[in-house]
Amino acid sequence: MTQQFYVSPEQLMKDRADFARKGIARGRSVVVISCADGIALIAENPSPSLHKIGEIYDKIAFAAVGKYNEFESLRQAGVRYADVRGYSYDREDVTARGLASVYAQSLGAVFTAEQKPFEVELAVAEVGVTQEQDHLYRLTFDGSIADENGFVVMGGLADQISDVVSGAWESELTLAGAMQLALRALATNKDVDELPATAVEAAVLYRASESNRGSRRAFRRLLPEDMTRLLTEES
Amino acid sequence: MQDPSTGPLATQATSSFTEHLQRSRPELLPYNQSLPAGMVPASPHATTIVALTYAGGVLMAGDRRATMGNIIASRHIEKVFPADEYSVLGIAGTAGLAIDITRLFQVELEHYEKIEGTLLSLVGKANRLGAMIRGNLPMAMQGMAVIPLFAGFDLGSGVGRLFSYDVTGGRYEEQEHHSVGSGSVFARGALKKLWKPNLSEENAVAVAVEALYDAADDDSATGGPDPVRQLWPVVYTVDRSGNRRVPERDLAAIAGTIVESRAAAGREA
Repeated sequence: MTQQFYVSPEQLMKDRADFARKGIARGRSVVVISCADGIALIAENPSPSLHKIGEIYDKIAFAAVGKYNEFESLRQAGVRYADVRGYSYDREDVTARGLASVYAQSLGAVFTAEQKPFEVELAVAEVGVTQEQDHLYRLTFDGSIADENGFVVMGGLADQISDVVSGAWESELTLAGAMQLALRALATNKDVDELPATAVEAAVLYRASESNRGSRRAFRRLLPEDMTRLLTEES
Repeated sequence: MQDPSTGPLATQATSSFTEHLQRSRPELLPYNQSLPAGMVPASPHATTIVALTYAGGVLMAGDRRATMGNIIASRHIEKVFPADEYSVLGIAGTAGLAIDITRLFQVELEHYEKIEGTLLSLVGKANRLGAMIRGNLPMAMQGMAVIPLFAGFDLGSGVGRLFSYDVTGGRYEEQEHHSVGSGSVFARGALKKLWKPNLSEENAVAVAVEALYDAADDDSATGGPDPVRQLWPVVYTVDRSGNRRVPERDLAAIAGTIVESRAAAGREA
């Protein structure tokens, strides 16, 4: 019979946290930036079909880093949660805060109870009528939740990228400005000054999409050619 | 939210919102209940919907009346809805159930789009709606039938297509034009005379409004244009660029022209 060794709860939690952190640190980064035109979500992702950014609901988007299968199941669960809630109450009763707290509970439960924690980090973004009403939540593998102001950076080089973004971020940024800042920030520790549009996956939550775009769904995925057009029009 | 880590993923993996509700929240489905024996009290009924194809698209129009026996239950009801960007549906029958089935269908299409990252094919959408109408069959047998009309733009073949349904969920593709609801026989008669191949969008809208005018003329449950309250039919067009609601201003002008020309003709019909 094998001997069961005693492991203190502190050590157990620390081991799990270290394990999850290592997994996340290997991944490429994601930047979410609130700007005057809405919220820009940009992920370094060479695949055009395996998305790290997704639409959850009318005004809510999701971005993740870490293991694809884990955050994809969380994204789908989030879409189900939002659609059930919007169907049984009303569309405006679906909020990023509600979704983020459900994610926090799921992640927390997996962190303490399962064989291994999720190696993911999530951002839940909700675009408001004005920029003050934007919500950005960042969720980590252990279920902790943070309400971020202005921008969220997650992934392998989060600290360094975050320094670049915080140095240049201002609330008056246009969508093109926010995209440019993200492309520059994501090029940290690389040989180039700025990532090309084909190396990233980008999406945007447009502010006031009903009046500006004629759709209550604010989320729009930007293809590389849309990105290029946006960036050249600006400059 | 279901804990994503529990249970084999295969049992949870569905792109269908209806299937998800069936498993986890069956009480939320509009038709998923067994009624006790007895008569259902009078409830509002939605009436006439017309749909027709034109050059480069398809359109659907509905009058604004709901009736409950001999009473007008609503003068403002809207019975034509966008289902998603490239399709619209109109409903006739028990209004309460029909509006909930419409909501369910809208969420179903959007849910699939978000989970799968791609749009359902037009026939795929039409089949899902058929399954929902079949789900409502027990309620229909209690006298609460819902009969939709579905139209959309087929991005693959580049044409507008029309689908009608029967109460058992049977789906039938219609050519040129179709109409459902209490005034449908009269609207259909009008459409047969007014519809022509390759109508322009503008003329197609006028044809639809005139068909509804003729339906309202002979069917007491269908409402005509109402200049007193400024109420006009609800008209949606669908083409390659998506669906669009025809503005009230245009409809007021079209309805005005129809009433004027009929008055000028000075005939019985």
